[in-house]
Amino acid sequence: MTLRFSRQGEDGILGYRIMEARQLAERIYQVWVEAPRVARNARAGQFLVLRIDEKGERIPLTISAVDGDSVRLVFMAVGKTTLQLSTLCPGDEIMDVAGPLGRPSEIRYFGHCVIVGGGAGIACCPIIARAARAAGNRVTGIIGARSANFLILEDEMGEACDELFVATDDGTRGHHGFAADLLKQVIARERPDRVWIIGPAIMMKVTSEVTRPDGIPTLVSLNPIMVDGTGMCGSCRVVVGGETRFACVDGPEFDAHRVDFDVLMARQRTYTGEEKLALERFSAHRCRCGGSESHG
Amino acid sequence: MAERPPGERVRDFSEVDTGLSSGEAIAEAERCLQCRKPSCVKGCPVEIDIPAFVALIAAGDFAGAARVVKESNLLPAVCGRVCPQEVQCEGQCVLGVRESPVRIGELERFAADYERAHGILLPTRAEPTGKRVAVVGSGPAGLTAAAELARLGHTVILFESLHEPGGVLAYGIPGFRLPKEVVRAEIDQLRGMGVSILTNHLVGTSVPVSELLSFDAVFLGTGAGLPHFMGIPGENLSGVYSANEFLTRVNLMHADCFPEFDTPVRRAGRVVVVGGGNVAMDAARVARRLGARTTLVYRRRRKDLPARRVEVARAEEEGVDFVFCANPVRILGDQCVTGVECESMEVSGIGGSKRPEPVPVEGSRFVIEADMCIQAIGQGPNPLLVRMLPGIERGERGNVIADAEGRTSLENVFAAGDVATGAATVILAMGGAKRAARAMDRMLRGC
Repeated sequence: MTLRFSRQGEDGILGYRIMEARQLAERIYQVWVEAPRVARNARAGQFLVLRIDEKGERIPLTISAVDGDSVRLVFMAVGKTTLQLSTLCPGDEIMDVAGPLGRPSEIRYFGHCVIVGGGAGIACCPIIARAARAAGNRVTGIIGARSANFLILEDEMGEACDELFVATDDGTRGHHGFAADLLKQVIARERPDRVWIIGPAIMMKVTSEVTRPDGIPTLVSLNPIMVDGTGMCGSCRVVVGGETRFACVDGPEFDAHRVDFDVLMARQRTYTGEEKLALERFSAHRCRCGGSESHG
Repeated sequence: MAERPPGERVRDFSEVDTGLSSGEAIAEAERCLQCRKPSCVKGCPVEIDIPAFVALIAAGDFAGAARVVKESNLLPAVCGRVCPQEVQCEGQCVLGVRESPVRIGELERFAADYERAHGILLPTRAEPTGKRVAVVGSGPAGLTAAAELARLGHTVILFESLHEPGGVLAYGIPGFRLPKEVVRAEIDQLRGMGVSILTNHLVGTSVPVSELLSFDAVFLGTGAGLPHFMGIPGENLSGVYSANEFLTRVNLMHADCFPEFDTPVRRAGRVVVVGGGNVAMDAARVARRLGARTTLVYRRRRKDLPARRVEVARAEEEGVDFVFCANPVRILGDQCVTGVECESMEVSGIGGSKRPEPVPVEGSRFVIEADMCIQAIGQGPNPLLVRMLPGIERGERGNVIADAEGRTSLENVFAAGDVATGAATVILAMGGAKRAARAMDRMLRGC
């Protein structure tokens, strides 16, 4: 009999196909992966876990956009797995994709929402901005990066938001300074009803201090190390309001003002040595095989 | 049966016990008295016809023996290895009164291994019923229910959220106790019986609940995978693991082979494992194999250890140190673990629960230096899917309330194994799943 289920995932017969792959900015890449079950059920703020091949690691990546049966993943090639992912071409397959995982962003009418994205974290913002706007909110976007050549999705964020501000640390694009500076300016103009801040842990830690004095409800999307992504290992535990929570099933979004970012950052560094080793090994292997740097 | 010497086996993940030879199996089987009212069968949660299969081994018909076992149990190579036979079939064996009981577990394993080496015979399937059944979770309960339902003629879809089926058999129990090729071969039988196994499918999100409930019947075998932590200071330092995480990294992700495999695990010099069950023994023995000096801390006495005695003995042989009557109160370290502060416990009499209640001894704190701490103090039922099922009746610990035949408060939804009972053994999950599958079959046939 014919099953009405995708046979994907069954016995590893079928992988998950890369539909499109390209570089967005310095070390930041996007891939569109065909994963119908994930695409059909994904909502803003959720993530998936993927494993590239038999020997691969399971890594979580936020679902950045959905189109038909495919989902978009945007990532910075910093470790072995992300670097390997950046070398995949359309037609290549990823062995495992599981999702959507995590609780979706809480989206309803708040009034004025501000969505702040930093670095590769900008990838998570347009999908939230669109959902917030669809719920009737006025949405201000703020995106920041180290330098103009690290900045991604500016046009898409411009379209998703009612207004967009840009900052770069070195002033090569937009405001010369941090996204936090722009957030301060927006708050000085009018108090937002809800703020999302998504980016590297240190950026979220610093930026969420901006909204603390006025007690503006602020969410951050945490990115600790995960294994299964379904609440079974506890690798991703974070401390929120003095309590241990699992980012994979209780999050990934939490109240920014109650998150212990120091615990998050210390736990993120657990495998620094191993990550370096894996990366060196992979790079050496690629050099021998003459792997190309990117698809450009 | 040959146990590899500790010094050798602690250096690899190959099986500790290499199994019986044909001659040993026949000799052991010949010890069986063939009781007319066999008490061993009563001790078996899946009621294998033990005297019958043992007699066939004694007669040299090993394939026949495997056939008899598989009439009641589709995973004999697994059960022969991990069942606590000493409190089940072997615990009931009348020979055990005066000498040692027949080694039924070893014989079960022997028959299963023989069959695997000589060609597995699939059970015959009943006429297709046209009914579609969803089985959620591919651990011992899910595999058993799926096999039973497929055999009874139903179309079975088995959903697994991880990339490999097997549940705790894949991510939890280490290869030196249960080789992964044994698990794979037993799961392949299900595929041969027409069961569709869909990995990477997390029911509740990638498979919405509405879709799940559109099946003619649903079996929940989602297990107890939610790791408990002690709730003591320092628990979120880098280097503190749940046993689930530690074992998953090694067993499922092959972190022992890093960097050949991409998943790392901390290579600690000294590890403290907290807990006294089989999972704690597994974690301690894996830590030893990764080269760490390993101390297992248990809050009660040696005789109170809930782990199987053979696993405790093997852990000791492999060089795991035991500290009894002690309980961690704090994990020390700035960002990474540097030690575990414990206090001594006094265990006296029987407390409110059936087990003796340990009481802290004042002023008895001491520190065990360690750069890694693994907490193996138990798991709760996986809450994810259960929380999403509207109206399903749940117990205090988040478990699904199910009767002896797996019926839940939702029509057409059955549950068995750890999600219903709380963390227990592989074979109890299988026994429950088998009863539930039969009840499901009766419901689906309308009788």
